[in-house]
Amino acid sequence: MLLQLRRSIVAVVFFVILCGICYPLAETGLGQLFFPHQANGSLIHGGSALIGQRWSGPSWFHGRPGPYDAAASGATNLGPRSRVLKEHVAARIARWHRLGVNPTPELVESSGSGLDPDISPASAYAQVKMVARARHLPVSTVRSLVTRSVHAREFGFLGEPYVNVLELNHALAGLR
Amino acid sequence: MSVAFLATLAAMIVCLALAWRYLGSYLVAVYEGRVKWLSFVERPLYRLLGTDPDAEQSWQRYTLSLIIFSGVSILVTYVLLRAQGVLPLNPQHLKGVTPGLAWNTSVSFVTNTNWQNYAGESTMSYLSQMVALVVQNFVSPAVGMLVAIALIRGFARRSVSYIGNFWVDLVRSVIYILLPISSVFALVFIAQGAVQTFGGPVHVYDALNHVTQTIPRGPVASQEAIKQLGTNGGGYFNANGAHPFENPTGLTNFLSILLLLSIPVALTYTFGKMVGNVRQGVAVLAAMTILFGAWLAVTVAAEQGHNPAVAAAGLVHQPGGNMQGKETRFGASSSALYGVASTQTSTGSADSSYDSYTPLGGLGLMAGMAQGDVTPGGVGSGLYTILLSAIIAVFIGGLMVGRTPEYLGKKIQAREVKLASFGVLVMPITVLVLTGIAVAIPAGASAALNKGPHGFSEVFYALLSQGNNNGSAFAGLSGNTAFYNIVGGIDMLIGRFAIIVAVLALAGALAKKGIVPASAGTFRTDTPMFVGLLVGVIVLVGALTFFPALSVGPIVEQFLHGRFF
Repeated sequence: MLLQLRRSIVAVVFFVILCGICYPLAETGLGQLFFPHQANGSLIHGGSALIGQRWSGPSWFHGRPGPYDAAASGATNLGPRSRVLKEHVAARIARWHRLGVNPTPELVESSGSGLDPDISPASAYAQVKMVARARHLPVSTVRSLVTRSVHAREFGFLGEPYVNVLELNHALAGLR
Repeated sequence: MSVAFLATLAAMIVCLALAWRYLGSYLVAVYEGRVKWLSFVERPLYRLLGTDPDAEQSWQRYTLSLIIFSGVSILVTYVLLRAQGVLPLNPQHLKGVTPGLAWNTSVSFVTNTNWQNYAGESTMSYLSQMVALVVQNFVSPAVGMLVAIALIRGFARRSVSYIGNFWVDLVRSVIYILLPISSVFALVFIAQGAVQTFGGPVHVYDALNHVTQTIPRGPVASQEAIKQLGTNGGGYFNANGAHPFENPTGLTNFLSILLLLSIPVALTYTFGKMVGNVRQGVAVLAAMTILFGAWLAVTVAAEQGHNPAVAAAGLVHQPGGNMQGKETRFGASSSALYGVASTQTSTGSADSSYDSYTPLGGLGLMAGMAQGDVTPGGVGSGLYTILLSAIIAVFIGGLMVGRTPEYLGKKIQAREVKLASFGVLVMPITVLVLTGIAVAIPAGASAALNKGPHGFSEVFYALLSQGNNNGSAFAGLSGNTAFYNIVGGIDMLIGRFAIIVAVLALAGALAKKGIVPASAGTFRTDTPMFVGLLVGVIVLVGALTFFPALSVGPIVEQFLHGRFF
């Protein structure tokens, strides 16, 4: 009994040093050496390419609905027969209609992380007219900007194609 | 179903076939002591532990070592979490974790459950994440694997009373299997965008929209790799695998699913090889695959359909499927694949909000757990739990033909059947009793976010998940209460150690027996007939125990057309 206790303590100390300290430190060292941009959070233009931001007004492309609170990630967890979800979605649809946009489902359904940096290409195309009108740009110019911003599936089949909203809006700001 | 998703499935099957064959045979070599490239670490460590690597233990000693080691692990984790406020590597100056939450979390990580009643980014310091939680992410799957290996040895050996050396099996599991694989994949995750830094949170300001953000960071990628490989599932951030810093791309999503399935699948090869007939392992894998495939089809089809609340709000046409609570870069189908793989391996990580799945999609997630998490189940725990069902299956087969049942040449007698029955039934009994208590008292029932049948599902899911050491959640439940912290801890301890003790007792009993040579009358256990019987036993036990509870939750929810709560 006492012998097993002593062995348990020795083993826990060994695993703490190996897996709890050496392993994360080694990975951090290698990550910072070879992939410093990614390891530090893919920081670009005033934000992170991977963490969505809130955009408002008709002159910017919007992301998924959500508070975009990076300090508290997470979904709304509202169930498929939730009255609250139904009311939220109805209100979002009405808000999009006021901006003259026929929203795709993703533009009114919040994401899993609450921080989704991306929208589907269809969700970006749905907003093209709104943005073009607000910026007095030809619709075709904005549309081709969206087309250039689409990221294809990785290796052609993993995940879904998407548009990164932060990248798209910074490219848009550079148009003028 | 899109062509891209079919290609994803095909690529997954190819990768898993390779893992089954090559990782499976590597595991055999590790546990037979033929892998030696780290013996310069092993030898001094065994001296320090005071154990002779060639001296084996009886099942009683093996179990005692496992229980005491796990007890010490719970205590150390608890103390580290409580004390994090005065310990280093705490750039956000987070306070010590409260007693109830520290109890639940330490039990959760030691039992390989990784149920989380907290949001990582606002609760855990870097030190707690690394030294308290990541260490258990390595050690708890190692314990699961060595119990499975001990049971396999029980079948493979004849007339001996030793089932292995706990300390040697533990060390070898970590240094030869879990650590090398995690080290490689953590780097891939970083290259894809998972963060890995001690730099603390970063403050950013975007001049275009005048948005300021404080973005938490940390040693995430290193935790992510072992979280999936060890079927742990506890995320660094609250959003778990949906968070772009944990799971940034379609590729990392694919690798996450591959990692969490690879060891449970490979162990069926290890099993077949060690008992001297690979076909026996193929039979077990076939039963796992049939059930996995069936529930995958249900869940993917359900999530391709529409979200009823969104449709009722005016958007009936949902071409991408139910995207509420899902990430754009993964889409509905890949998220459903992740969900089924994660719940059926007892990983419990999530790349989407399971609470927001359609009723049938949610049923598909609960089904694997209702079947005891054996398809293919957690690292080690999946194999040893399905072998209990296999014993029940040969027992039923024996009753039908009127012969003493045998499995892998071992006579299955009263003691073995009693132990297997205990191991199969202890989880459903614990889960159902605790669910009954939870919904009967205000402290349990009031924690649900959603109303109506979905609220019941949230409570039931929580206790089912913890009883299976799964850790996935219908996350709307506010679990950080005295009631759920304490009850959940009890649920996880019983679901882990009651079954482990039964399995090790079984291993001891089996190792003592001689091998009966197969004859013309032997019921063969490497045939489609046996696979069918095994699937039947798993489905029947799951349905008989959990069908009423599932009816009150997702099934009734599915049929409530037009009603919202």
